Amino acid sequence: METLEKPALTQEEQFQARIDADVRIEPKDWMPEAYRKTLIRQISQHAHSELVGMLPEGNWITRAPSLKRKSILLSKVQDEAGHGLYLYSAAETLGASRDQMLADLHSGKAKYSSIFNYPTLSWADMGCVGWLVDGAAILNQVPLCRTSYGPYARAMVRVCKEESFHQRQGFEVMQTLCEGAPAQKEMAQEALNRWWWPTLMMFGPKDSESPNTEQSMKWRIKRFTNDELRQKFVDMMVPQAEFLGLTVPDPALKWNEERKAYDFGEVNWEEFWQVVKGNGLCNADRLQARVQAHEEGAWVREAALAHAAKRKAREGVGA
Amino acid sequence: MQAAPSESTALATYSAEVRQLLFTYVVQLADTSLILGHRLSEWCGHGPILEQDLAMANIALDLLGETRSLYQYAAELEGKGRTEDDLAYLRSAVEYRHPLLVEQPNGDFAHTIVRQFLFDNFHYPFLQQLKSSPDERLAGIAEKAVKEAAYHLKWSSEWIIRLGDGTLESRQRVEKAIASLWRYAAELTTPTATEKALQEAGIIPDYAALQPAMVAHVARVLEEATLPTPPATTFGLAGGKEGRHSEHLGYILTELQYVQRAYPGLTW
Amino acid sequence: MNQAEWPLWEVFIRNKQGLDHKHVGSLHAADATMAIQNARDVYTRRLEGVSIWVVESTHIHASNPDDAEAFFDPAADKVYRHPTFYDVPDSIKHM
Repeated sequence: METLEKPALTQEEQFQARIDADVRIEPKDWMPEAYRKTLIRQISQHAHSELVGMLPEGNWITRAPSLKRKSILLSKVQDEAGHGLYLYSAAETLGASRDQMLADLHSGKAKYSSIFNYPTLSWADMGCVGWLVDGAAILNQVPLCRTSYGPYARAMVRVCKEESFHQRQGFEVMQTLCEGAPAQKEMAQEALNRWWWPTLMMFGPKDSESPNTEQSMKWRIKRFTNDELRQKFVDMMVPQAEFLGLTVPDPALKWNEERKAYDFGEVNWEEFWQVVKGNGLCNADRLQARVQAHEEGAWVREAALAHAAKRKAREGVGA
Repeated sequence: MQAAPSESTALATYSAEVRQLLFTYVVQLADTSLILGHRLSEWCGHGPILEQDLAMANIALDLLGETRSLYQYAAELEGKGRTEDDLAYLRSAVEYRHPLLVEQPNGDFAHTIVRQFLFDNFHYPFLQQLKSSPDERLAGIAEKAVKEAAYHLKWSSEWIIRLGDGTLESRQRVEKAIASLWRYAAELTTPTATEKALQEAGIIPDYAALQPAMVAHVARVLEEATLPTPPATTFGLAGGKEGRHSEHLGYILTELQYVQRAYPGLTW
Repeated sequence: MNQAEWPLWEVFIRNKQGLDHKHVGSLHAADATMAIQNARDVYTRRLEGVSIWVVESTHIHASNPDDAEAFFDPAADKVYRHPTFYDVPDSIKHM
């Protein structure tokens, strides 16, 4: 075999060669420790975002204005639980335990998407979260269906397949409002005003301030840079907002014929970093809700284990 | 269920009186699944473990689906142009006809499980019988819902067993929940005047006929859960099915109806 | 309060009659009954299945990736195992 005659590659070089050849890495394959750690951080952060992301929308399930909307919203939030679960599972194949990941979330060590630290104040927020926030998430997630780590890519395929209805239902909520009474249109505009900028922040800091991007791109666990995705998002969303008859709250927004893209204003990075650091309006509430659910569920989880052990012991005796 | 071969009863063939009775009753069924689904949906995002969050949301979604079919049928029976949403969102508390049990707060997970178990233990055998109602619409709704209810009953029964025969703490919690919720169970199978009339007309099942299966299932589950059978209820709480509710309903409706009440007459 | 986590289970779903069960992911459950129900709630919300297998993850034994060459490469040069390796005269039918 010819490969034997080539100068031997280091393990790390072989690993990179596989990635360059678009060969998926699977759980038991050798991988650099940094790759494993980065992935655990990225996947668990993503899982936490799904989990915490259930809260801002969850708080409108009981207030949804029609039975149809209520069913859609509940199934959407339930999907988010599912997505969290797929992602935790993917991270677990790398040797992380869900308990540990949750402990890191609860202690504030692990991060989740800052977007969920903004409050949902009106029914139009359910539209904006679906249309804008899920729209942004999809841009992030679709490329990850081809990410280098097999279980992560497979989880993302499942997530993306299910996610496609999320954005559509959000847009439909917005469209219904915009075609409705003036009060509804106002509600839609007011929600867009609040959600536009935080959504742009979802793509993360500017490329020049995102030190890990290069390595992550090389490992193919990130496939586009933050700024690329942000631009793509603006270009995608502005025409949709126009269709709805809504005004994007950015006076600097302008079509650039030369670039064939929109120029847009500067994100408030001070706010971005403050919310990341935990100082947003809902950071404490969101975390508190998660911690409380986990702690109040402890006796339930314990009881189920105790029962399983008793049953096993009984079956053992019977056998 | 009446043995008579079920001659299909088209909507039009009902007398005005039966139609009114049926309307009241179908609304009662719809209210029941709506309010229980509402309670369960409050868990969404707050369950003891992600997997059970998904399970509870599934049950809530099943109930919500059943709710919509029932309200749609009720609206047709009434024939006044009201929609499923008019019925769900624009009635006052006294017009709600669900049993008291389903509006009781979630409490801890044991409370939720006991409430669900008591309801499922009625819901499943009830739907099994309703499947053969001569009323085709009800039979059709039951046909679909009974499969879901079979799963719900399995789920809640297994949790009763796990909690009863789990740890000391889980046992104490489930006993406490049983002590507080058992007295609401009798209302499920105590027919109101409306229900009696429909039972006599052979349109809905006779609840007395459901009792043996219900009692047997409770006994089996409690035994496996190593829990004592609660004493036969001497004083069952009732009234919900006739519009007399607990204080909890007002708060539920305040939330449920908020948007519709704040912005009357709009489409969402 | 350092309680143990519910064990991890691998989930396999048969999409429809006639197909193999396929691995779809994992989940946590206290026992096998619960694992099957959780699998139903987590992985078949959109009619994805007609049958579910679960197995506790610790019970799965896997081949070692380091052995992959020894295990799988030897099959690569055995083209004669495939029907297209053989020339069949055009006049011969049904083969």
